[in-house]
Amino acid sequence: MDLALKDLGDYLVGELPEEILGSELAFDQLTIKVRREAIVKVLTFLRDDVSCQFKLLVDVCGADYPEREQRFDVVYHLLSLTHNNRIRVKVTTDEQTPVPSVTGVYSAANWFEREAWDLYGIYFFDHPDLRRILTDYGFEGHPLRKDFPLTGYVEVRYDDEQKRVVYEPVKLTQEFRSFDFLSPWEGVQRMLPGDEKAGEAPPPKPAGGGA
Amino acid sequence: MAETQIRNFTLNFGPQHPSAHGVLRLVLEMDGEIIERADPHIGLLHRGTEKLIEYKNYVQAVPYFDRLDYVAPQNQEHAFALAAEKLLGLEVPPRGQYIRVLYAEIGRILNHILNICSYAMDVGAMTPMLWMFEEREKLMEYCERASGARMHMAYFRPGGVAFDLPPKLLDDIGAWAEHFPKIIDDCETLLTENRIFKQRTVDIGVINAEQCFDWGFTGPNLRAAGIAWDLRKAQPYDAYDKMQFDIPVGTHGDCYERYVVRILEMHESVRIIKQCVESMPGGPCKADDHKISPPSRGEMKQSMEALIHHFKLYTEGYRVPEGEVYVAVEAPKGEFAVYLVSDGSNKPYRCKIRAPGFAHLQAMDFLSRGHMLADVVANIGSLDIVFGEIDR
Repeated sequence: MDLALKDLGDYLVGELPEEILGSELAFDQLTIKVRREAIVKVLTFLRDDVSCQFKLLVDVCGADYPEREQRFDVVYHLLSLTHNNRIRVKVTTDEQTPVPSVTGVYSAANWFEREAWDLYGIYFFDHPDLRRILTDYGFEGHPLRKDFPLTGYVEVRYDDEQKRVVYEPVKLTQEFRSFDFLSPWEGVQRMLPGDEKAGEAPPPKPAGGGA
Repeated sequence: MAETQIRNFTLNFGPQHPSAHGVLRLVLEMDGEIIERADPHIGLLHRGTEKLIEYKNYVQAVPYFDRLDYVAPQNQEHAFALAAEKLLGLEVPPRGQYIRVLYAEIGRILNHILNICSYAMDVGAMTPMLWMFEEREKLMEYCERASGARMHMAYFRPGGVAFDLPPKLLDDIGAWAEHFPKIIDDCETLLTENRIFKQRTVDIGVINAEQCFDWGFTGPNLRAAGIAWDLRKAQPYDAYDKMQFDIPVGTHGDCYERYVVRILEMHESVRIIKQCVESMPGGPCKADDHKISPPSRGEMKQSMEALIHHFKLYTEGYRVPEGEVYVAVEAPKGEFAVYLVSDGSNKPYRCKIRAPGFAHLQAMDFLSRGHMLADVVANIGSLDIVFGEIDR
């Protein structure tokens, strides 16, 4: 299956050299990166071409990488029942640039794109009905973005006097704590007496993490 | 008689309607009794699971998967465990694989029992619920004996399963598997040839294979349309390649066949359970890598190293190599998958949960158009919707 996927990647790059920016095989899974404007064309090709036949669009989702210039990935997962393989198609975008909707190619994309819009604020044009889907009516913001706090901004409670549910800013009795396990030793600057003179010499490497 | 202007009216179905299977709010545009348009509003049970997982380490993420499709929690955990193992490059010992397959099939039966019975109740049959739930209770007891929890097991961990099975549990499951097919047959006498049940379901919500592909259908709903597609056969994971079972398919893809496919799948699941019980291998039930699976309690009392491992595992967790995988399992409702992106730290960078019900529910409009209001209930029941996984 490994070889078949590699061949498939090469074949796709050969067939659509303009549209496909690169293909990659990792963990036995094939990923192709596609130019944003060409996504409809590529998915149509993947669905209809005899040696692809990716008839099922199983998933569309966003992913946020805020440090990149094009911070969002839109990831499409396709499944071919005839050839029993999968492919992952990726396009990149940012907050402003819309991505062409693929609802015309796969009806299943409808809600998945709504979800990506809701949670990430990725805008899809030509989408028949791009409303929020998972969050509350009247929700503001896109909660799965990395810069959206885990605790959110508003909370709801039932107000007995007003006889309705009211929205209030989040009040936390304890600040949300995020532990940084990646640099467990950075707090301790280990300086042996006399080492100040070493100057530029790199600090001594801390002993291994114990486990 | 004077001519009167008739206009469509909108009906709000749910979110607190017993046959809406949870918190589905369905806005129906009706022409008299006929559905013109169905607009499901979902998200009333949205808990932000994906966001929460990004802030938890890999072991802490496991219990969230129980709470997605709370009817068959094992199968969700399975997908996450497999995804993490794929990133870690971890091999699960045979006993761990068999236990997982055993419990995944128990999960499938749990799910199908609930679906068939609640579906039957929606279309007017009360008794199946009373008969079959006794069996469901027994199965949950087996879950409890293995993991301590009746429903939310948190039992499938990356690297294997949390604990080994207690003694005699396998014998009891084996004995149960012998008598359960009889109960399925009893249930069938109530439904399969029942005139009212057939009138309510045959030729309702028909969807053919091409339309299934277009709408992203998987699982029993796809198989009822005549496509013999099952990930357990097509892309086997764990010990499924060693199991003998058949894939039941329908021909027509209506509500009735979706029911029949589920009944037959329960028989196949019983077959798999029997095979697991008979050929359960010995040996360890989790990977022998203490950087990932915790040491036993006894070891911790003896060995300093085991104590350190334990401490590190339950504070920091383990780091997962950078990369991204998409791993799917055949959950009872269809293809349940996890798209896991790791940045090399101890927390998932992105964990997208692909729930089968999400794709199925969005075809509600397509399935219900032109049907009567009462058929909407049959459609919802036959699609097997659980809001825990759809709203996440």
